Amino acid sequence: MKWLRRGAGVLVVLLLIGAAAWWYLARDHRAPSTPVQREADAAALTDPARIEQGRYLATAGDCAACHTARGGQPYAGGRSLATPFGDVPAPNITPDHDTGIGAWSFDDFWAALHLGKGRHGQLLYPVFSYTSFTKVTRDDALSIFAYLKSLPPVNRPAQPTGLEFPYNVRKSLVAWRALYFKPGVFQPDPAQSPQWNRGAYLVQGLGHCNECHAPRDSLGGIEQSQHLTGGQIPQLDWYAPDLSTRSGGGLEGWSAQDVVDLLKTGQSSKGSAFGPMADVVRLSTQHMTDADLQAVATYLQSLPPRAPAAPVAFRQAASHEQGGKLYAKHCADCHGDNGQGVAGVYPPLDGNTSVTGPTSINAVRSVLLGGFAPATAANPRPYSMPPFAQQLDDADVAAVVGYIRQSWSNKASAVSPDEVSRLRHTPVD
Amino acid sequence: MSVAATAGAAPVPDTLQQRVAACTSCHGAHGEGSPDGVLAPRLAGKPAGYLLQQLEYFQSGQRRHAPMEYVVRQLSPSYLRQIAQYFAAQDLPYRRWPVPAVSDETLRRGEQIVLHGDPARAVPSCVSCHGDKLTGFEPMMPGLVGLSYGYISNQLASWRSHTRAAEGPYCMGVVANRMRESDIAAVSAWLAGHAPPADMHPQPASAQTTPLPGWCVMGHSEVNP
Repeated sequence: MKWLRRGAGVLVVLLLIGAAAWWYLARDHRAPSTPVQREADAAALTDPARIEQGRYLATAGDCAACHTARGGQPYAGGRSLATPFGDVPAPNITPDHDTGIGAWSFDDFWAALHLGKGRHGQLLYPVFSYTSFTKVTRDDALSIFAYLKSLPPVNRPAQPTGLEFPYNVRKSLVAWRALYFKPGVFQPDPAQSPQWNRGAYLVQGLGHCNECHAPRDSLGGIEQSQHLTGGQIPQLDWYAPDLSTRSGGGLEGWSAQDVVDLLKTGQSSKGSAFGPMADVVRLSTQHMTDADLQAVATYLQSLPPRAPAAPVAFRQAASHEQGGKLYAKHCADCHGDNGQGVAGVYPPLDGNTSVTGPTSINAVRSVLLGGFAPATAANPRPYSMPPFAQQLDDADVAAVVGYIRQSWSNKASAVSPDEVSRLRHTPVD
Repeated sequence: MSVAATAGAAPVPDTLQQRVAACTSCHGAHGEGSPDGVLAPRLAGKPAGYLLQQLEYFQSGQRRHAPMEYVVRQLSPSYLRQIAQYFAAQDLPYRRWPVPAVSDETLRRGEQIVLHGDPARAVPSCVSCHGDKLTGFEPMMPGLVGLSYGYISNQLASWRSHTRAAEGPYCMGVVANRMRESDIAAVSAWLAGHAPPADMHPQPASAQTTPLPGWCVMGHSEVNP
């Protein structure tokens, strides 16, 4: 009889999942606006002030970063976004009638941004971050749409997605959405200041920070409880840190000014933007108003302390001495004998959470690739770091990064040459 | 930006040379190129417009080399221009490169193509665009002397495989694909071994009296330093 009971249990669970899926499907149907509303929306699209506001919001949301092919025309799509499930090319969102959003109404745009649904009701792949964009207000969405509609149309047909079965079956997204997607505009917290609410709105919604700065599970979803706690960015192989500035946080010790400085100039007294965050600063955050950046910083400062990781016995790497010699030869001239850096020029390494993060990915790749902090209006000629991939072998990179992670006040884990070897050949774009 | 110094340490020089450490660690402090002449080419004294165009191509992905693509990724057009001008202005003696052991016949074939082209395959001579001294022209045309065998042959191979590309018209891609592989080796060997002229500077634009073919990208580019 045991098997019968188990069988019935499984059946009940399946029925419940089916019912939940049906409920979700029925619930997020598109609610078309009234004819009066549609007329008002259409009239708003030509208002220059609204278009300008939309330009600012589209920049703050960094829409162009995904919707522009490398070296291509802005917003004309074509950039292929790599996911663990296959590549998805970002579509053309210029107002071209045949290949862009020229034939779209605002209702269509709102359905995409707010509900993750395409013009024909098809479920959109969540590589388009509607999990965050659903929080954007209707008025802001209208401004963004007005701006996109004001762009010169570019005829650039969509490319097919590189998704494989079962991920190429859009209907399979019903289950994914039931697990990870809750449509709804950001609701201000009346107990918090307007500045905090503005920051929360930008971080959680348009800024879609969570899409990188949170861990994803095997289905590519993010648990609500894990928001902004940091995660490895799928396919890109960079680690986006936890964003709490309090005890145990990935930005522990960062002041509000440090956060503003990094987003505005590309560097702060605590570290520089590199990897994908350098793109974000250059294309998006450096163009945000000081008030909005202060709001973002205020919100991040309110994130709670993080529970310390389970204590691991600190074991200094056998290569520590070798790492020290390499550090003195290659790193100390700029980062200082004690990893203190030079304020405003070279980031400190002592106490730098990019260095001591839960993984050594960022430190290893920074040593291999070197590069410049982003050129911004506030820092138009950034200093740079040599790439060491050509000079140091895997064992040397592991030794020097291990040394940096385990020197001064840093007490992170060591690095293996195998990990360096894997990261050495990670594509850069 | 103010440059602060930590207590006791010398201030960080506010110079372009200091700022572009990511470039000079491979290309040399003054852009003299890597010691092997292959890994990182000489930048010093190349026409500024040409250098800027190559930096832009690395950004757009038209020229592929992962380390370069990453290093230039975060730079603004204005900073790229300053960096191009910095290396163009470096004036250093040229090195002579060893010539690979090739037959006299191969060198003669190389000389033939460099000076006269290969009309049967519609390959123009190198000198017809890069100048009779092979030192290039301001502001866009790079010189071909003073480069190593490995670098020249790698670049011609890159043109063939489209890992080095240009805005259309795609002249070097066309030329390199018309050449036999053995001709690429011959041209590279002859150029690497060619005694450089006393004056290695690119000739002024006014010296370019022969018009470039209509299908040459350098005759069309709007990139000017």
